Amino acid sequence: MNWLLDLTPDEWNAVRLSIKVATVAMLFSLPPGILIALLLARGKFWGKTLLNGVVHLPLILPPVVTGYLLLLTFGRRGPAGAFLAEHFGIVFSFRWTGAALACGIMGFPLMVRAMRLSIEAVDRKMEAAAGTLGANPLFVFATITLPLILPGLIAGSILSFAKAMGEFGATITFVSNIPNETQTLPSAIYTFTQVPGGDDGALRLTLISIIISMAALVASEVLARRVGRRMDIE
Amino acid sequence: MSVLVDISHRLGDFAIDARFESAGRLTALFGPSGSGKTTLINMIAGLIRPDKGRIAVDGRVLVDTDAGIFVPKHKRRIGMVFQDARLFPHMSVAGNLRYGRWFTPPAERYAEMDAVVELLGIGPLLDRRPAKLSGGEKQRVAIGRALLASPKLLLMDEPLASLDDARKAEILPYIERLRDETKLPIVYVSHSVAEVARLASDVVVMAQGKVAASGPTGAIMQRLDLLPAEERGEGGAVLDTKVLRHDEAFGMTVLGSAAGEIRVPRLAVATGAPVRIRIRARDVMIATEQPMGLSALNILPGIIVAISPGEGPTVDIGIDCNGATVLARITEQSRQALKLHLGGKVFAVIKTVSFDRANTSAGLPAEADG
Repeated sequence: MNWLLDLTPDEWNAVRLSIKVATVAMLFSLPPGILIALLLARGKFWGKTLLNGVVHLPLILPPVVTGYLLLLTFGRRGPAGAFLAEHFGIVFSFRWTGAALACGIMGFPLMVRAMRLSIEAVDRKMEAAAGTLGANPLFVFATITLPLILPGLIAGSILSFAKAMGEFGATITFVSNIPNETQTLPSAIYTFTQVPGGDDGALRLTLISIIISMAALVASEVLARRVGRRMDIE
Repeated sequence: MSVLVDISHRLGDFAIDARFESAGRLTALFGPSGSGKTTLINMIAGLIRPDKGRIAVDGRVLVDTDAGIFVPKHKRRIGMVFQDARLFPHMSVAGNLRYGRWFTPPAERYAEMDAVVELLGIGPLLDRRPAKLSGGEKQRVAIGRALLASPKLLLMDEPLASLDDARKAEILPYIERLRDETKLPIVYVSHSVAEVARLASDVVVMAQGKVAASGPTGAIMQRLDLLPAEERGEGGAVLDTKVLRHDEAFGMTVLGSAAGEIRVPRLAVATGAPVRIRIRARDVMIATEQPMGLSALNILPGIIVAISPGEGPTVDIGIDCNGATVLARITEQSRQALKLHLGGKVFAVIKTVSFDRANTSAGLPAEADG
């Protein structure tokens, strides 16, 4: 145990950074994730298939390609990157925020898929019943739809978090591998495997990586079960 | 209080073209499945937008396609009880009941939690989850939830159709109390003659998307031709009576009606209480002379006012018994053998044991209306 926790400062930084990046990626993905899942589950509009395809792109493209596209768009000279840096002071390239962006985008299709399934499973007759009781559509969403899709929201969030914890290709392409700034767990492990005598560190971080992912999974199971019990759906 | 519906609507191959107006305490929308009654009630609730037409409740226009008016469902203040209860699974019974209260302006709240809970007998259920309720309990909670939104009109879409007979018998008295003890008008969708005859003050008969007939329950129930084939045996005269006295020695109750005294099995209601009975046409025999040596206790003298062919070998005879019409379904052979003709004097014979819980009920919507 001591050997496992006896991390160098750089290793600790990688662990902390990974958790921060994954958490930020998950939280910022949530609102657009719910919105797009709702659109895909219930919307009837021109271009729905196209939107579905775009959302799924990160899942089917090689991560390096996604990372490179991010670099082109959100890099310092990219159109979106230059705009955001100039007007909002938000810089992505070679910052941990860029890592969070890359991780969020890579986990986005997983999040949307889980949420979309749970939204499609909602009995819309419940919403109609709430409407006849006087609730306006916004209130119906907040008091009926949202609680009923909560298990799906939790599942989608955990998937996004887990994907972010393991994201490597797009992150390293987009924001490189800078210790203490963009060196997440996978990048740190990769670095250890590239230097002589790095086996110990690689193994330690690998084990920590497994523990964090398992903990997230167990937490989501417990949470989902608690929500499910509260709900008692027949 | 009145409900006016005048709409036309297409659903694929099915066209609905219906107009009716009712001011009854409990208006039944009656007809076989697929006749369009559920679509109609969904339009009143605002769940379906009709292609064309008008819907008004108590003078308030909810839909007028010509004027471009469509009041959304959450602004209609119309309660709805669905066949499948639709309780919110993530809330307790109490949470479900309170849901509609949030949206009712305090000045317009007339339904009290305690009174509604008492009316429906759901006090012991308040802390439970919907999944832990029986079908009958769910339906009572659903009725309570609709009531507590203090609606101006209550719609009930086959609330008993998915329940077994025991559960139906459990809920029917609550609906009767609702009808008699609150001022809330009700529109009730059903395909069951027994339910309609027992509950309704007025009936709108639907057939293939159109209104086939409408009027007071007594008049509609006599027209066996309006009833769906499989329910025709259930049709007959609906009489509103009063309890004259109880015959404890033989376990019977004597009811007073315009047609004369009618003996039924002992009812658990007080003397003087109103009771509605349905005399199934197939339970009525006809005699041309005062019968002697007959076990049947109810023998009502009357005059034949209607003879209409029924299905198969049957013929329906309408007998005016001192102002109350009793309907008898007999065979054409019997009619010819007895030489029955319009204006002929006859006796309608009804066995006491033909009355049971399905066709005898406390309450009298026609009087509750006044």
